Amino acid sequence: MKHFDVIVVGGGHAGTEAAHAAARMGARTALVTLRAAAIGVMSCNPAIGGLGKGHLVREIDALDGVMGQAADRAGIQFRLLNRKKGPAVQGPRAQADRTLYCRAVQAMLSAQPNLTIIEGEATDFIVNAGRIGGVILGDGAQITAEAVILTSGTFLRGLIHIGDRRSEGGRMGDRPSVPLAKRIEAMGLPLGRLKTGTPPRLDGRTINWDILESQPGDDDPVMFSFVNSAPFVRQVSCGITHTNERTHDIIRENLSRSAMYGGYIEGVGPRYCPSIEDKIVRFADKTSHQVFLEPEGLDDPTVYPNGISTSLPEDVQADYVRSIRGLENVRILQPGYAIEYDFVDPRALRPTLELRDRPGLYLAGQINGTTGYEEAGAQGLVAGVNAALSARGAEPVIFSRRTSYIGVMIDDLVTRGVSEPYRMFTSRAEFRLSLRADNADQRLTGIGRALGCVSDQRADLFAQKMSALEAGRSLLDSAQFTPKEAMARGIRVNQDGMRRSAFALLSFPDVRFAQLRDAAPELAAIAPEIAEQLARDALYANYIERQNDEAQAIERDENWAIPDGFDFAALQGLSNELRGKLARSQPQTLAQAGRVDGITPAALTLILAKLRQQQRARSA
Amino acid sequence: MDTIFALASARGKAGVSVIRLSGSGAWAAVRSLAGSLPEPRVAGLRKLWLADDVLDEAVVICFAAGASFTGEEVAELHVHGAVATVSAVLRALGALPGLRLAEPGEFTRRALEQGRLDLAQVEGLADLIEAETEAQRKQALRVLSGALGRVVDGWRADLVRAAALLEATIDFADEDVPVDVVPEVLALIDGVATSLRDEMRRLGAAERVREGFEVAILGRPNAGKSTLLNALAGREAAITSDIAGTTRDVIEVRMDLGGLAVTVLDTAGLREAQDMIEGIGIARALDRARAADLRVFLLDDEDVPLIAPEGDDLIVQGKADLGGGVGLAVSGKTGEGIDRLVAEITRILSARAAGAGVMTRERHRFALTRAVEAMESARSEVLKGADRVELAAEGLRSAIRALEMLVGRVDVEHLLDEIFASFCIGK
Ligand SMILES: Cc1cc2nc3c(=O)[nH]c(=O)nc-3n(C[C@H](O)[C@H](O)[C@H](O)COP(=O)(O)OP(=O)(O)OC[C@H]3O[C@@H](n4cnc5c(N)ncnc54)[C@H](O)[C@@H]3O)c2cc1C
Repeated sequence: MKHFDVIVVGGGHAGTEAAHAAARMGARTALVTLRAAAIGVMSCNPAIGGLGKGHLVREIDALDGVMGQAADRAGIQFRLLNRKKGPAVQGPRAQADRTLYCRAVQAMLSAQPNLTIIEGEATDFIVNAGRIGGVILGDGAQITAEAVILTSGTFLRGLIHIGDRRSEGGRMGDRPSVPLAKRIEAMGLPLGRLKTGTPPRLDGRTINWDILESQPGDDDPVMFSFVNSAPFVRQVSCGITHTNERTHDIIRENLSRSAMYGGYIEGVGPRYCPSIEDKIVRFADKTSHQVFLEPEGLDDPTVYPNGISTSLPEDVQADYVRSIRGLENVRILQPGYAIEYDFVDPRALRPTLELRDRPGLYLAGQINGTTGYEEAGAQGLVAGVNAALSARGAEPVIFSRRTSYIGVMIDDLVTRGVSEPYRMFTSRAEFRLSLRADNADQRLTGIGRALGCVSDQRADLFAQKMSALEAGRSLLDSAQFTPKEAMARGIRVNQDGMRRSAFALLSFPDVRFAQLRDAAPELAAIAPEIAEQLARDALYANYIERQNDEAQAIERDENWAIPDGFDFAALQGLSNELRGKLARSQPQTLAQAGRVDGITPAALTLILAKLRQQQRARSA
Repeated sequence: MDTIFALASARGKAGVSVIRLSGSGAWAAVRSLAGSLPEPRVAGLRKLWLADDVLDEAVVICFAAGASFTGEEVAELHVHGAVATVSAVLRALGALPGLRLAEPGEFTRRALEQGRLDLAQVEGLADLIEAETEAQRKQALRVLSGALGRVVDGWRADLVRAAALLEATIDFADEDVPVDVVPEVLALIDGVATSLRDEMRRLGAAERVREGFEVAILGRPNAGKSTLLNALAGREAAITSDIAGTTRDVIEVRMDLGGLAVTVLDTAGLREAQDMIEGIGIARALDRARAADLRVFLLDDEDVPLIAPEGDDLIVQGKADLGGGVGLAVSGKTGEGIDRLVAEITRILSARAAGAGVMTRERHRFALTRAVEAMESARSEVLKGADRVELAAEGLRSAIRALEMLVGRVDVEHLLDEIFASFCIGK
């Protein structure tokens, strides 16, 4: 029987990130997955990043994870979304070559010490006195460990729909994970059902590209990883086309044959990722929808038509796809489909992603009701780091909403649960102005280093950058301008006689670093990319200052831990309804309790009073 | 930690009201109103100033951090109990940077956090909070079942819509979102801002209902104002004589008209001043009359009002006993027409009272003021262009939070609901 510190089940985006993180932390780690060759497969569209999602990738990278570096290696078209808006809402995104992406992920995993990959199907857990202590594989082999991380994605009771045809599967071409699903059900975990869908894949050689609009990548591509500065492979453009009235007619006439509208699906789908059927029903007055034609690889003719995911029967798919301009003669390589799967209500989790009632078992990724590679990867990292910490008996790490999108996501999941597949948006982060993609390293690399998941090499790079930022900042602070001097440089300020630092002036809407450098030549010592970063910090400095009270209040409440088994039902003076809600989501800190639906300030005071009372009783 | 303040004694008319401040800025805040502070734990009499006006003369007591109820720096202001005084002081505190009105139970909570309550007190707290929760629940119910909830929900819905439009251009920039959401966002902000400002004005009316309306009687000397006032009041309040200009200053008579508290002001005779004292009297009379809620112009046959009547102001023929006119006419001497005039004043004020907004409290004014400021900032960022949209969104977020203080919570899910209901998102 083999023994490890941490076992990760599933080689998707959550699983790879979890296994790599645990191994980086020094834990002897096993990654058990159905097919080693499928490690890092992108089940859906071949793109990484975007708004909110790009932030997550940067944070994973700041903690020295896999996704950012793999995406840089595989990126065939980079775009910084919202380039014309402020840095807080800019999100890096890239089209990835599927094969290159898999290869990059697999290369990083095999280069990682402490990490063993085991091909097989996990079918059961080993349980010791209520604690999960390993897994049993399909062939009967047993592997033990201090902690197990389950990242089985859409594989739990996965059901694929194409029109009225259904088949069991974890995704197209993969078996579902049936024994494990039964095991999870038997454990009595709160389960729900969600669905998602994917469009048909097209043969790019049969698309009439000449008549279509094309969308190139950015001229100065922005990478995901803080350690990279340029793409690794040839860059390509995407095509753009549109649905039309005829497309919509075809879909409307065949609606009853769609798995979704024919009533075959019970799971809830994401509103932000509707099928083409949904779009046409819900937005009946729109006569056209945009479709992006995204190449899946440099040497791969497959094209992913972004915007027309569907669960219509194959013949209808062919009809409506061919009604679209440029796709008149297109060949469909794989039909679109919808997939339904089980997920575990994430309110059953601690913020470490360990199940409250099943110590030793962590869940990460789509199994927790999220959707997307980035969301999965970020959870994997949190679970991996915490499982490794717990394996060596160390205190867990909890990511805060104040300092990361990772924290926002985990907090949303464990305190509020999900009602549709959860996806990250920048609007979910109330401290959006401080949680930026550009400063993810400043926010997290130090924390990662202290935890032990950041390599020496990255730590050195980071330390250099931080000292350059500090030196630059102090130059900017000490260069002072009177209103007259500022005016002379074309910077309009109140003529109030107050001296302002160069840093303060940088927060003005139209002030450029170059203007200040001309006025104060010592600023030329600041390297351009450092100056840019300081300018981004300056832009929001005033706003962030104003948000500080709010952030501090959250921090105080986060420091009040609510112990396991805290009896919310015994709190006198609360309504039954509120007691019920608190008991269900079992907030772990006062901050989380404050986000429970319907909570009142008095209720929080009451919880606090109880906590204090217990604290005194303990210390007495 | 931010500094909070609130009225610590019961609201309403009382001999003395206690306003408590807690937090690192508590002393500084009081110093900025009182000029100087007494020694800690020693009561000192101080005038509280707002710019050049004295708000009140108050007893000030300071407690140092570590030696106070909350454990933080604390100051108490014992002010005169009049509602208007308390409101004015609270408003002055709210205008100071870094200060905000405490949430219900927040002082107790801070005391708890700082470990200032002993075990027995903590145990006893449950009862206190029970009472507080019950009171809160009732209040929230009252508020939510009533007009306030509906009104605020309407504004909030509009602001959430505006925020959702902006957020859609941020989070779904690469989708088919209509590019120019600016006109609708501006229209929504302006609409809500106008309503908020109206409400703040009506909040004034609501305060009047609580504190009383002022009605000024204006007219040339000897138009019979004082006799009218006396007839209204049923007692000799102003000196009436037949010599023009006897009423030198402003004389107030409080009365109850149809259930409304009303103060009637008798003003100095409005005419060119003959001497200095009378001149001052006239200037004051004009100021008070302008600030009053309603003006009754008492005119002789061919008189023209000296200040312009506004809105509902009443124009009345005086000395009806000496020869009738048209329309409203009264005689202070015989009492003729007084009933009709009283009925008319009552009708107008009742209508105002009925039109008073649903907001009545200083807390409401704070929330509204913050919301309006945040919306103004959002508006100006929207106008600066798409590259500052996240700052505009930040403004709306704070505006929504300010309204939240009035009725409860809003969260990002509402925003997403609005986005997905409005736009076809999803590639
Ligand atoms: C049809 C479809 C459409 C999608 N559409 C979108 C979309 O439009 N937008 C979007 O953002 N995201 C979409 N996704 C989601 C995205 O692919 C997932 O969110 C992401 O891949 C989840 O990562 P994961 O690591 O949780 O799971 P997965 O990537 O699914 O990985 C699960 C892994 O677990 C392994 N496994 C399962 N059971 C066992 C077992 N018993 N033993 C061993 N190994 C096991 C599998 O082999 C697999 O490697 C879609 C997914 C699918 C399937």
